[in-house]
Amino acid sequence: MSGKIVKVSGPLVVAEGLESANISDVVRVGEQRLIGEILTMTGGRASIQVYEETSGLGPGAAVETTGSPLSVELGPGLLENIYDGIQRPLVEVRERTGHTIARGVDVPALNRGKTWEFEATATVGARVTGGDVIGTVRETSSVLHKIMVPPGISGTLESVQSGTYTVEQTVGVVRTDAGAAEAVTLMQKWPVRVARPYDKKSVPSAPLNSGQRIIDTLFPLAKGGTAAVPGPFGSGKTVVQHQLAKWSDVDIVVYIGCGERGNEMTDVLMEFPELKDPRNGEPLMKRTVLIANTSDMPVAAREASIYTGITIAEYFRDMGLDVAVIADSTSRWAEALREMSGRLEEMPGEEGYPAYLSSRLAQFYERAGCVECLGSDSRRGTLTAIGAVSPPGGDTSEPVSQATMRIVKVFWGLDSSLAYARHFPAINWLNSYSLYLDTLKPWYDASFGEGYMLSRTRAMTILQEESELQEIVKLVGADSLSPPDRLTLETAKMIREDFLQQNAFDELDSYSGYEKQSRLLALILAYSDACREALTKGATDVEKLFNIEARERFGRAKMIPPGEFEQKYADIERDLKYQISEITEGGEEQ
Amino acid sequence: MIREYRTIQEIVSPLMVVRNVEGVTYDELAEIELPDGEVRRCKVLEVNGDSAVVQLFESAAGINLAQSKVRFLGHPLELAVSGDMLGRVFNGMGRPIDGGPEILAESHNDINGLPMNPAARDYPNEFIQTGVSTIDGLNTLVRGQKLPIFSGSGLPHAQLAAQIARQARVLGTESNFAVVFAAIGITFEESEYFVQEFNRTGAIDRSVIFSNLANDPAVERIATPRMALTAAEYLAFERDMHVLVILTDITNYAEALREISAARKEVPGRRGYPGYLYTDLATMYERAGRRVGKEGSITMIPILTMPEDDKTHPIPDLTGYITEGQIILSRDLYRRGILPPVDVLPSLSRLKDKGIGKGKTREDHADTMNQLFAAYSSGKDAKELMTILGESALTPTDIKFAQFADEFEKRYVTQGSEENRSIEDTLGIGWDLLTILPKTELKRIKPDNMAKYYPQTEE
Repeated sequence: MSGKIVKVSGPLVVAEGLESANISDVVRVGEQRLIGEILTMTGGRASIQVYEETSGLGPGAAVETTGSPLSVELGPGLLENIYDGIQRPLVEVRERTGHTIARGVDVPALNRGKTWEFEATATVGARVTGGDVIGTVRETSSVLHKIMVPPGISGTLESVQSGTYTVEQTVGVVRTDAGAAEAVTLMQKWPVRVARPYDKKSVPSAPLNSGQRIIDTLFPLAKGGTAAVPGPFGSGKTVVQHQLAKWSDVDIVVYIGCGERGNEMTDVLMEFPELKDPRNGEPLMKRTVLIANTSDMPVAAREASIYTGITIAEYFRDMGLDVAVIADSTSRWAEALREMSGRLEEMPGEEGYPAYLSSRLAQFYERAGCVECLGSDSRRGTLTAIGAVSPPGGDTSEPVSQATMRIVKVFWGLDSSLAYARHFPAINWLNSYSLYLDTLKPWYDASFGEGYMLSRTRAMTILQEESELQEIVKLVGADSLSPPDRLTLETAKMIREDFLQQNAFDELDSYSGYEKQSRLLALILAYSDACREALTKGATDVEKLFNIEARERFGRAKMIPPGEFEQKYADIERDLKYQISEITEGGEEQ
Repeated sequence: MIREYRTIQEIVSPLMVVRNVEGVTYDELAEIELPDGEVRRCKVLEVNGDSAVVQLFESAAGINLAQSKVRFLGHPLELAVSGDMLGRVFNGMGRPIDGGPEILAESHNDINGLPMNPAARDYPNEFIQTGVSTIDGLNTLVRGQKLPIFSGSGLPHAQLAAQIARQARVLGTESNFAVVFAAIGITFEESEYFVQEFNRTGAIDRSVIFSNLANDPAVERIATPRMALTAAEYLAFERDMHVLVILTDITNYAEALREISAARKEVPGRRGYPGYLYTDLATMYERAGRRVGKEGSITMIPILTMPEDDKTHPIPDLTGYITEGQIILSRDLYRRGILPPVDVLPSLSRLKDKGIGKGKTREDHADTMNQLFAAYSSGKDAKELMTILGESALTPTDIKFAQFADEFEKRYVTQGSEENRSIEDTLGIGWDLLTILPKTELKRIKPDNMAKYYPQTEE
């Protein structure tokens, strides 16, 4: 089925003669066979968003529909790869067209020539349904790729054979109840705008360990949850996102660079193969899929990139894995949506964004969750979605931030004044929140005792009190505060500097396990308690309490490597108690 | 195939509608021949059936609907590139205006370029010593970075950019460098300042200048920076040169873009700028960088004046989201005579972490940098308190911090426009300043570095 172009306006092309094409069909446009997608149909006229630069297209050029919606290829070979927004493998594109991305490149997402060792795990004659695992492929040293019967197929497994296969070769055959033979290959395809099915969704119950103290302790995210990181430029959004991609205790990370800087993706590409996963010592790249549609790449493919990313993530979730999808930045995605909407001459909503902005965003985040996967072994998988938001001027009253905040459960608000003071991660503890605290409390209590969450609550209270006291200090100075209030200020300062601040570029500080986080916070609170006790016992000179020798060791406490910190923290605690008691006793003598 | 039409139906500068066209394609270059034989250039913005919306690059004055002819050239706007461009001056559309001969083109390159494959980029990590402490020490520039200067009207951004262009070098290498300078809607005097600077230092022979001055057509400005970047890409990736691109002033560029968007009656985004301003700017800025396996690089310093010194204005805001940091100039520092008036705290270089440290600058660089930032920030807070409550309300430590902030501005930020500080000098000044503070406050410096570099007081 083919038609002809009648209008070209930037990435929007209108073609006629496509009566029998479907909405959302992928089309090939012009001689270069550029990839596009049908957005609207009016009679035989189709409005098409083209995923590549349309320069040189004009009326009369042919448009051909492929009859199927925009889909991704799912199978072994996804990991360690970097794709553009419509899943073209960028390394192979480079081999063909050099340093720049020429138009009309047609490279399959999964390498057709590469062979994989398939090991059958199902038995011939077994009843299988969509989602059932029939075998595995060791895709990388960290990931065992499960080969599943595609959703929607069920019947008797007629054959399945271990061996060496390419992604297109048949590894097994399912005889459906209707009598048809369905071949199962290592690869399956799935339309990106349709969520992959699962059996049941449930409420997340375990936290995602990110190794970032302010996240894990103050504003935890659940596996299967949703989070947003809004912040003005220069506040460290990308570093936070990279840290999450590096250290999250998930099996798979899908990192989507959506309309952001090219060098950031290059950074990930170069750094991740060098970094080791703290859980198994394997390079982080072995569990990572990158989607890069940088800001200079065509804007329509940027719109598609987050769907491409989340569909790949869902596929790994279906294997029963914990997956995190990290999108940097959803604002650029929304801008792409706005640009296409403007070209379609739709009635704009707020700030020119289309009226369907918030429903699209909600659909995206709703694909996250904690699920019981398809298939008879009721395995569980989780998909955590984390999106950066880049509000203009850092003002979160704009539509994208507002729509996002209505959906996500965790909000890590970045603050430029913290960033100026080089307090990183610059997550503002006063306006950030996590709605998972209640659901995760049982997990924390069971794992580390109730003390951890109690400490958290105390730390938050102290930080809150600090902000109130700061108002007074601004008016009358710190000297006029009572000693207990000064202690509160001092404790808050310690929480900020010695606990919340975390240097992503320091080898020892970049990742912090739960045990260390919990001990470090407890240590700071122990110091505070000891001082407070001294004050009630009659000590008057708070400066003396703040300048004891043990205090100096707090500054470097977070740099103490795992395995040593338990002992060292205990030493500090013992010394500080002793030094404080010396002051109190000295005070009584006077 | 050249197609010529006399079917201009409508002209609303800078747009023009041509009817009954055939075979016209999007983004194609066209020429308009006026009745008196003058030729002006334009490009296709939209084709709809047999009518084309065309954007003029020059003024519409004198175009006659009945007699002017439009010729579609079948290719997008191109720049003739060759090594002979060095030392030459072009107008904003890439025509020589220095009286010299036309360029014998080695190739004609589409000025829009093509997006760079992120998998083909090489991460910028070579330290460039600019000789300016606030940049080298705190907001380090690396080869292949795009680091804009956010300025305000009346601030000395031109001097700073010229100083960087003059002093910038990669330590330990004598390399093949070039400067590409694009004047976008700036005044003759401002542009002449750069030209004279290049003349004075002899850099002119290694420079390519594209000049669209304030009295040149505003819409031509859409093409000027892309011309410059096309020349830069050629020199960097075909000729293996290290190219420094200076674009000034991006604000004028964005305004030209807004003019066209308004003429097209597009739905405006913030402050009337088109919704695609981000993407449009990105397609320019992202052309900076390094490529795997290529010797050359493009380092870009765009300059923009923030309207009302407002960093949240769409132009600086969107720029900051694309570029790898920003150097912000402060009117307050300028008034107090602190030159160059780099506002250290909100300035940032995103690529500094991989460009500094052992083997690049010095092992203590990262620590002292963080410490100076933190101390200056605390110092400024302390000074603010001091103005409200007086010095007596401050703790002894706070007084030290306030003193540090003053000294920091006087000794670290302030430097002459001809003063070329080595990175060792910059780090040394930093350490001297840190001795003002109690040692216990230097929490961000590793003990090893403290032991090795903390200045020993004379007995």
